[in-house]
Amino acid sequence: MLIAVGGLAAMGVTLGALLGVAARYLAVEADPLEAELQAMLPGSQCGQCGYVGCQQFAAALAEGHASVAACIPGGHATAEALAKRLGVSLDASDHVETGPMVAFVNEDLCIGCLRCFNECGTDAIVGAAKQVHTVIADVCHACGKCVKACPTEAIEMRPVLPTLATWHWDKPGAHTAH
Amino acid sequence: MRIAVDKSGPFTHAPTSVSRTMTLVLAALLPATLYDIWLFGWPAALMFLVTVLSCVGLEAMCLYLSKRPVGPTLADGSAVLTGWLLAMSMPPWAPWWVCFVAAVFAICLAKHAFGGLGQNVFNPAMVGRIAVLVSFPLQMTTFVRPAPLGSAGSPGLIDSIGIIFGHSAMLDSLSAASALGYIKTELSRGIPVSQSILTAPDLTSLALGTHAGSFGETSAFLILLGGLFLIAKRVISWHIPVAVMGTLFLLGTVFSAINPDRFTPGTFQLLSGATILGAFFIATDYVTSPVSKSGQLVYGFGIGFLTWVIRTFAGYPEGMAFAVLLMNALTPIIDHHIRPRAFGRTRKGEPLPLNRGNK
Amino acid sequence: MKLFPIKGGIHPEYRKELTSEKPIVALPIPSVLYLPVQQHMGAAASTVVKVGDVVLKGQMLARGQGVVSAPVHAPTSGKIVEIAEMTAPHPSGLPMLTIVLEADGKDQWADLPAPIADPFAESTQVIRARVGESGIVGLGGATFPSAVKLGLGDKNKLEILLLNGAECEPYLTCDDRVMREYAAEVIDGARIMAHALGAPQVVIAIEDNKPQATEAMRKAASAQPNVTIVGVPVQYPMGAERHLTQAVTGRETPARKLTADVGVVVHNVATARAIHHAVRFGRPLLSRVVTVSGHGIKEPKNIEVPLGTPINDLLGFCGGINGQIKRLVSGGPMMGQPIVDTAVPVVKGTSGVLALTGDEVNERPTQPCIRCGTCVSICPCGLVPVEMAALIRNERLEEAAAIGLQDCVSCGSCSYICPSYVPLVHYFNYAKGRLNALDRERRKTEQTKALVEARNARLERVAQAKRDAAARAKAQSQNSDVNKADA
Repeated sequence: MLIAVGGLAAMGVTLGALLGVAARYLAVEADPLEAELQAMLPGSQCGQCGYVGCQQFAAALAEGHASVAACIPGGHATAEALAKRLGVSLDASDHVETGPMVAFVNEDLCIGCLRCFNECGTDAIVGAAKQVHTVIADVCHACGKCVKACPTEAIEMRPVLPTLATWHWDKPGAHTAH
Repeated sequence: MRIAVDKSGPFTHAPTSVSRTMTLVLAALLPATLYDIWLFGWPAALMFLVTVLSCVGLEAMCLYLSKRPVGPTLADGSAVLTGWLLAMSMPPWAPWWVCFVAAVFAICLAKHAFGGLGQNVFNPAMVGRIAVLVSFPLQMTTFVRPAPLGSAGSPGLIDSIGIIFGHSAMLDSLSAASALGYIKTELSRGIPVSQSILTAPDLTSLALGTHAGSFGETSAFLILLGGLFLIAKRVISWHIPVAVMGTLFLLGTVFSAINPDRFTPGTFQLLSGATILGAFFIATDYVTSPVSKSGQLVYGFGIGFLTWVIRTFAGYPEGMAFAVLLMNALTPIIDHHIRPRAFGRTRKGEPLPLNRGNK
Repeated sequence: MKLFPIKGGIHPEYRKELTSEKPIVALPIPSVLYLPVQQHMGAAASTVVKVGDVVLKGQMLARGQGVVSAPVHAPTSGKIVEIAEMTAPHPSGLPMLTIVLEADGKDQWADLPAPIADPFAESTQVIRARVGESGIVGLGGATFPSAVKLGLGDKNKLEILLLNGAECEPYLTCDDRVMREYAAEVIDGARIMAHALGAPQVVIAIEDNKPQATEAMRKAASAQPNVTIVGVPVQYPMGAERHLTQAVTGRETPARKLTADVGVVVHNVATARAIHHAVRFGRPLLSRVVTVSGHGIKEPKNIEVPLGTPINDLLGFCGGINGQIKRLVSGGPMMGQPIVDTAVPVVKGTSGVLALTGDEVNERPTQPCIRCGTCVSICPCGLVPVEMAALIRNERLEEAAAIGLQDCVSCGSCSYICPSYVPLVHYFNYAKGRLNALDRERRKTEQTKALVEARNARLERVAQAKRDAAARAKAQSQNSDVNKADA
């Protein structure tokens, strides 16, 4: 018994020391650009850009692999900020402007399983077990993770329609080919 | 009743248009042009027609090739104006092919290569003139003495066709130097300006155009009237013409007072060459000049200054066209740096300081 | 009085003669009135009635919410038949909560607040409260709640209440007629406002193309030493708040400041009249004078219209639309908004309803810009419209903002004058809206980030608490083990 405990303790101490030394001498300097880019992203790790999370996307951006327009929840403003920081031009064509979206719970299908509630990064879904859930539209950032999590396909993403407060004139000639 | 809404206000518009502006400019040029045609006879009329028609034809071709509507765009009158101004800057008896080449440079290269009306950096007419001036210096500096229609020296229509479309010996016999060219040549032979100016055309002759020179530079008086008409009609403002002519006049007067043997006087600078035409009609070209009034003053000063420098020190007797093109290149920079002062802001764009009112 | 020049501006064809000699006529109360809950800048009012309620004339239907807001009152007596989302009088055609009032034809007044017998003996708070509860907003078109604007005297030392009777928009003659026919009411309202503001002097500025109005106002003000009537040159946009202030006082309001910062507060003449009614008689804002004009109107008129009257009723009262009209506009032709549906109602900011023919509108296809620079020389704000529009066309909105987009007051002069018919103001309206949208997106991303961080921190705390609990449980069980071992 004592031998087992002592052996494990010795192993722990040795390996811990090794890790400590490695962290000290083999440390990879976090790319400051990468950190800066990551700070511009929403940070909800939604993965809609095609990368695992915001950090990985920021890394890909820093290396020039990813498109600045890939962050869907960030929208046009984020794409523009990234393009400005990276000194690339934001080509309107590589940004599919879907417009802002919001999650919507179909109350007939919701079974109150809480899976979406646990998945939501911004606590935009409220609800309790066996109760119909609902989305706080102001807080939802349209990452779409709840849609994937829902076992009954009760959640869908809907476009946010303009209101009197958000409506503005279209660009001249937007309707006619010009 | 529901109504489709496609446009924000205002829902009224001044009765202006591009073609109206162009028409007014053409109207302002008309008296001087008719006078010059009378002065230089049938060959000048043919030269004028060839130049204008080449420009219009080439414009139509460029529009067709770039798959843009030909008719409506031609109707704006900008090609006619370019051709007209180009003709004004050509020698009155220039052969047809020189005119045509100038038109190609003006319309195809200077205008349509940049994207058509409103997009060009350089004044098309001046690009056309400079291109043929450096390519065909002989044809471009062979000026004839005025021989009004009906006078003994004026060729008939048939002879004129020969002069413009073929080669005629008459040209050589009638050729003479322009006033600026004469002074320059004499100066290079060591004859001081103070002497040669006495034998050069006097100021009255310069104003009335009874001397050799480009088609449009020989009727300073009528051109001036046309220019004043444009100012009265608010097509152009006084800023560019006054800055160009004022600078030329001041430089001429000051330097001629310092050394009359080397420098021509301010009045001569004003009335000779293309000063008036350039100041009122060429330099004021909307597309290639700055949009703000203060920027226009700087631009006009630059043109006046460069014209004087080129006339006085460079190889060419006339420098207006070069000066305009050089300043055209600076127009975007002038526009970027010289803006009007915004309401409630300083020149630098900061909000005005509050002088009073706060408790 | 010495005047000061203002820069730029245009001289459009005014066409005021269509209605300038037509006295104000009252519109018979329509059978149904549609009252949107937001007819002003700021927060929408919240309804205090429900369907089926019987209301009296002047009774409050919706209460203002927050500081910058205004209540809505019943313009006549009748029954609330519906409260629903309906097309708003707005170019978007989007819906807004609207209270539908079916008139009973009795036009029976509710109990109104008591008249303030001597307003000059009352404190500014009393006057402001009365103006606020009467639902009065800027009737020149900006619809900013007047009570808020009357509070500007608290923070600034004001010298002049400048009453705006310039009416520089073409066609509109409603202010002209109000000044001619109700000069005494306007002057009284102005003096009450000046008292509330603590401004010693009242200046009433009227464009020189309204000599009768100037004359009437002079006569009405002759007994008031601190009220001056001044004629200002006919020049659009003379009626813009900052420009009128400059023309009359020579003071240039700094960017991002208010005219109050230079000691001047500007109110519209019709607002002064409404305040007179509210203070002297306790009457809330129930109607306004509207100019119905344009060559597309059979009988152009100046009409006192109950708020909530459908535009259809108004057009019908003027003999209907005459032939082919190109545009139907609410407000003046320069800064007015297109009407998307003739069923929408007249609201507090509706100064005019114009039916314009093709000749009057003079729309043509856009041609390439020839950089003539006219827009630069006429811009009353000293901007470079040609360059801003070029940047906006290329979606370089931030750069357009850097050279003054937000200083643009959308007066429309540049679009009006452009020989190439470039819709410059439309570009600016688009860019201002788009920049706002981008700003909202940015704030949303910030909010998302904060929420994600808060959630992560919370999850971390929960995890930590679980670990701690587990450790405690383990320690306890170990202790008990030890105890057992001991035992």
